[in-house]
Amino acid sequence: MKDTRLIQKLEPRGLRLAPSQVWGRLRLVPVLRDVVRDDLRLSRRRYGEDLSVVTLEGALKGRGLAYVTYIPHGLVVDWSPRQADATYGTRLQAQDGKRTKAGPGSVRLLHRMVHREDKHQLRMLPLHLAMEGFLALHFGGPDIAWSEYSREALARGLSPRSEQAVPGWSEPLLDGALRTFELHERQVGLLLFNADELLSAFIVAHPDDYRLLHRTLLEDFYGELLLQFGFLTEAPPLGLSIDDARVANLEDLKAEVSRMRADWGDFHAFMAGGLFGVEVTSRKVYEAGPFLLQRFHTSLVPSEENHLGEAIVGPDGALEYLKTFRLSSAQTRRAYLLQQLAASDWALDEAAEVMRTTRDDLLVRLHNAGFGYLVKPNVLAEARRSMGRAR
Amino acid sequence: MSPTREVRIEQVAREDLVMFVNACFSCTGQREFYGDARGQTVSIEFLHQYILGNYRRLYRRTLAAGINHFNQAQILLNLLAAGSPVDAEDRREEGALIAAALRGLPTQRAFRVLESLRSRRINNRRARAVAREYVAGRSHLPFDAVKYRSKLRATAAHCHLKLPGETGPFLFHGWKKRVFVEPLLESFRQAHFSQGALYGLPFTVAEGLASRHGVPRDVFLQRIEPRLTQAERLRLQESAAREGGVEPPVDLARAPLTKLASYALSLDVETRRARRAELHAALERSAARVLARAPSALGRVAVVLDNSYSASGSSQKRRRPLAVALAAHYLLEGAAREFRAFWTSPVEEPLLATARGQSDLATPLLEALSWGADLVVIVSDGYDNDPPGAVAELTRVYRAKLDPARRTALVHVNPVFDAEEYSPRAFGLAVPTVGVRDAEDLPTVLGFARFAEGTATLRELEQYLAARVAPWLERDAGLRSRAAEEGEA
Repeated sequence: MKDTRLIQKLEPRGLRLAPSQVWGRLRLVPVLRDVVRDDLRLSRRRYGEDLSVVTLEGALKGRGLAYVTYIPHGLVVDWSPRQADATYGTRLQAQDGKRTKAGPGSVRLLHRMVHREDKHQLRMLPLHLAMEGFLALHFGGPDIAWSEYSREALARGLSPRSEQAVPGWSEPLLDGALRTFELHERQVGLLLFNADELLSAFIVAHPDDYRLLHRTLLEDFYGELLLQFGFLTEAPPLGLSIDDARVANLEDLKAEVSRMRADWGDFHAFMAGGLFGVEVTSRKVYEAGPFLLQRFHTSLVPSEENHLGEAIVGPDGALEYLKTFRLSSAQTRRAYLLQQLAASDWALDEAAEVMRTTRDDLLVRLHNAGFGYLVKPNVLAEARRSMGRAR
Repeated sequence: MSPTREVRIEQVAREDLVMFVNACFSCTGQREFYGDARGQTVSIEFLHQYILGNYRRLYRRTLAAGINHFNQAQILLNLLAAGSPVDAEDRREEGALIAAALRGLPTQRAFRVLESLRSRRINNRRARAVAREYVAGRSHLPFDAVKYRSKLRATAAHCHLKLPGETGPFLFHGWKKRVFVEPLLESFRQAHFSQGALYGLPFTVAEGLASRHGVPRDVFLQRIEPRLTQAERLRLQESAAREGGVEPPVDLARAPLTKLASYALSLDVETRRARRAELHAALERSAARVLARAPSALGRVAVVLDNSYSASGSSQKRRRPLAVALAAHYLLEGAAREFRAFWTSPVEEPLLATARGQSDLATPLLEALSWGADLVVIVSDGYDNDPPGAVAELTRVYRAKLDPARRTALVHVNPVFDAEEYSPRAFGLAVPTVGVRDAEDLPTVLGFARFAEGTATLRELEQYLAARVAPWLERDAGLRSRAAEEGEA
């Protein structure tokens, strides 16, 4: 039976958007939660290493699939019913993985993306969880040994597959934006816009946790859009005005100001329309008591805004935790190609027909997307020659 | 010249001057919450040069307008660099203003101005005369020679001053060469060789020598305690407790209002709660003292105070905007017949205020307006973000539709200088914005607010500045003659 807590469509139920605060071209939109539940708390665990290796299969030091990246911090999720303050401080020093030296740097070996540490506690690697899910999309390569595919593709699939992201601190503006941002009393999250394009969303369950995690946004990674729009200068100061004609006394004025505030929320919800309200494909990752940890991605159609992320949903289906990553267009293209190939069992002709294009074009697109190594070199060369002739 | 053109010229002049005086109330060239120190300095230097070049008479008269020390020092230096005016009357007035302003500055700032003469290569006859007069007017020169050693030496060398008594040899021949008769100079010499002599020196001088002798901090603080000045005591409260020493007893009743508010806010909330009665009484007394000096009787006053996160200031101006808000609370409460305060995020008690949360100024402002105040004072850094621009819109509509007759006066007091706009940030055109550094300046600043609003003419502004010159010079003369009498007695 399908779990009803799996997200079909991201809906910010119980959440409100407050007016944004602008710093240069970054627009930060606070997310407020009116009803706060006390039984899901998050805290940060710092890792100081230059590189982290997360084993996805097998033992910590054994052979098997691994995810290699820079991880500055992890999140500790705690859902014991009478938890509260115990997590903070006391368990932060818990042994987590192993630390080894590697030349001039240090490496942390971590076991699994999500690791149960106690009866009511688990450690997860935020955003990496979603990213790893994305990298593992159709990772195994073709299931049927079609003659076009290279020996490497048949034997090892897409391994190793890599994607690039931009760390928050590579954009100096973000530091200023987070420093000068004024947190609301009930704030549990933040939508981050760059030149009015939604870059990421971060939502937690409790306002106190958000206050502590606010600065970690600088250590997170973002889609390439964070740097791409460097030439655009400022997010425009959007002015909403009060209509003189509708004001006859102070009560009216009060009503108009609250209307102004509500208008801001609606406006931001509209701007975040590429994430909230669209259909998503989600997969269960971990069942933590009444909570369900899952990762998801949007349609992956290249013409649309695409996000991937992870979420924790409560027993009543409310969104308790959310962290998203905006895919760049190149990343979306790659994902789309893999998806189409997998959907037609990696048969090139069939996939080309579904995509309403020719087989040669599909091969060239695969090559351009960086997946040229999947196909035999002579097949690819033939396709490029014929495409060249056609042009 | 056509009349419209003349009107326009006058308008530009007035706007320039209002912007300048306003900047001189708030800018200190230090880091702010939203802006860095470099931008502040560039911005204020440009403004000074611009006004000096175009409106020299008004530029020097600004010295008497109650502006902050940082800008007074800037004006002094710029005037000395520019050379004397040709007109004899102008020269006399400028000379008197410079001398009085220099005497009015805190000693370290005055010596800093004189020392800057050297680094800026200003050495005209007037600059030398000003330095000579200032040094001659110091009541206890050996003390200055010990405490401001390098600055006094630089001034004396640069301006060819003859220093009386042993001060000259002390500064120029090296203090190691001889034994001094003057006890302070002798202590300074001895303190280099014995720990015992440390405690006859001013605190700031002894501090460095103590660490060279390796005197433990708590022992040093305990023994130097009788030599501490009021400001030093207040400043040392926090660090003394941290170093494990005993906090030097401080006479809260004598501390200036904004400094006191700053001190109260530096304590954690629990301590503030425990010492509530004591702090509250001290703040009230301090406010009363300000009002006794500059009495202002106000009617029904509402004050809207910003305690959002940006009121926490910067590393150079820690909690400054919040301290100004708290001090303004006590000051206006003392001056008003009826008083109410509205914070952006409500506090149970003004003393327990912390800088937290977003800037929702619209809600408290609406409450203040519906309470029906005669005067609404907004103390804020000029950023409102919940919703953005709400105050500008709200006040515009309020002025246009609900209160065209201006029964309620609105003033925005801003402790933060915005480098990009060359002035404190404003909330639209319906509310005049004035800069302020210390809450003590509020009576002055409120008087200036009608110029910021833009309804007064240039002539009125000129008269306002001119009218402040004479009493200010008189007060300086009074202080001088009293000091001279004390010196003789």
